Amino acid sequence: MSSLQVSVYRYNPETDSAPYMQEFQIDTQGRDLMVLNILTMIKDQDSSMAFRRSCREGVCGSDGMNMNGTNGLACITPLSSVVKDNKLVLRPLPGLPVMRDLVVDMGLFYKQYERMQPYLQNDTAAPAIERLQSPEERDKLDGLYECILCACCSTSCPSFWWNPDKFVGPAGLLQAYRFLADSRDNATQARLAELEDPFSLFRCRGIMNCVAVCPKGLNPTRAIGKIREMLLSNAT
Amino acid sequence: MVTNITNLGRSGLSDWLIQRVSAVVLALYTLFVVAYLLFHPNLDYATWSGLFAQTWMRIFSLLAFISMAAHAWVGLWTVSTDYLKHTGVRFGFQAIVILAIFVFLVWGVQVLWGA
Repeated sequence: MSSLQVSVYRYNPETDSAPYMQEFQIDTQGRDLMVLNILTMIKDQDSSMAFRRSCREGVCGSDGMNMNGTNGLACITPLSSVVKDNKLVLRPLPGLPVMRDLVVDMGLFYKQYERMQPYLQNDTAAPAIERLQSPEERDKLDGLYECILCACCSTSCPSFWWNPDKFVGPAGLLQAYRFLADSRDNATQARLAELEDPFSLFRCRGIMNCVAVCPKGLNPTRAIGKIREMLLSNAT
Repeated sequence: MVTNITNLGRSGLSDWLIQRVSAVVLALYTLFVVAYLLFHPNLDYATWSGLFAQTWMRIFSLLAFISMAAHAWVGLWTVSTDYLKHTGVRFGFQAIVILAIFVFLVWGVQVLWGA
């Protein structure tokens, strides 16, 4: 028996009054496929099925979704790592408004990212060629710049669910630290001032859901701890 | 920067630090009281009353009460802003909590220095 039972969250705001779960039987022929392959096979059965995907190799961050209760990228999640009792439940990323089926409105997520001014700021005169970094200074950016903004972390965070308009969320805070840690950036004081209130950063309770789900193996909780240390040494 | 006027320190950083420092004070106070009870298995009123008659114990207790008040305010304020989305309900909850904390604090001072 190689038929997989897949339960998928369906919602079309133009025709459905409420979301519902639709059941599909998918023949995997015993292969350990990626979850995205299963979605493609479902789309062959029902072309109205909506989901985002692009690179299908864990680089673009389009197909973040909730698979059997855990957020991740469908394209790099093998069935063997999520399927239990031959059953797979696919839902959109939690906490963001659903536009249709597995497609969520990432507006709030991007808004918090934008708030962190994720670009290099330096008000000193630009050098003739480029701003140089020592290998040690460059090393500080490892584990920070690799984020692909798939939103798996922020949408697995209860603090982001309750206050997505005020709490920046793990993805945004990882990027905030990426620029705080950059030797070429000198907007440190303005960046820290933006994070000092009780919501933006301090709503993090350190439960580390973000670390558990990050498909790139990054650690936003550590970055948040580092920002807290910078705030503390700045203000005591 | 998100504006707040009902949190304890008007700053997330200060609330966070107050929460941690008060937690250490409360942990020390709890350890002391539990250890005291363990080392005095036949505790009577005179010994217990004598402990609280000493100035250092009153200072230690008041420090623990103030820590408890601050800790409770930071914690419950956070809970209210997470779960109570209606402004009237949230502000009402915060008002009741701050009133209760104030009453317990004054009562604690009265217990320590009264009678």
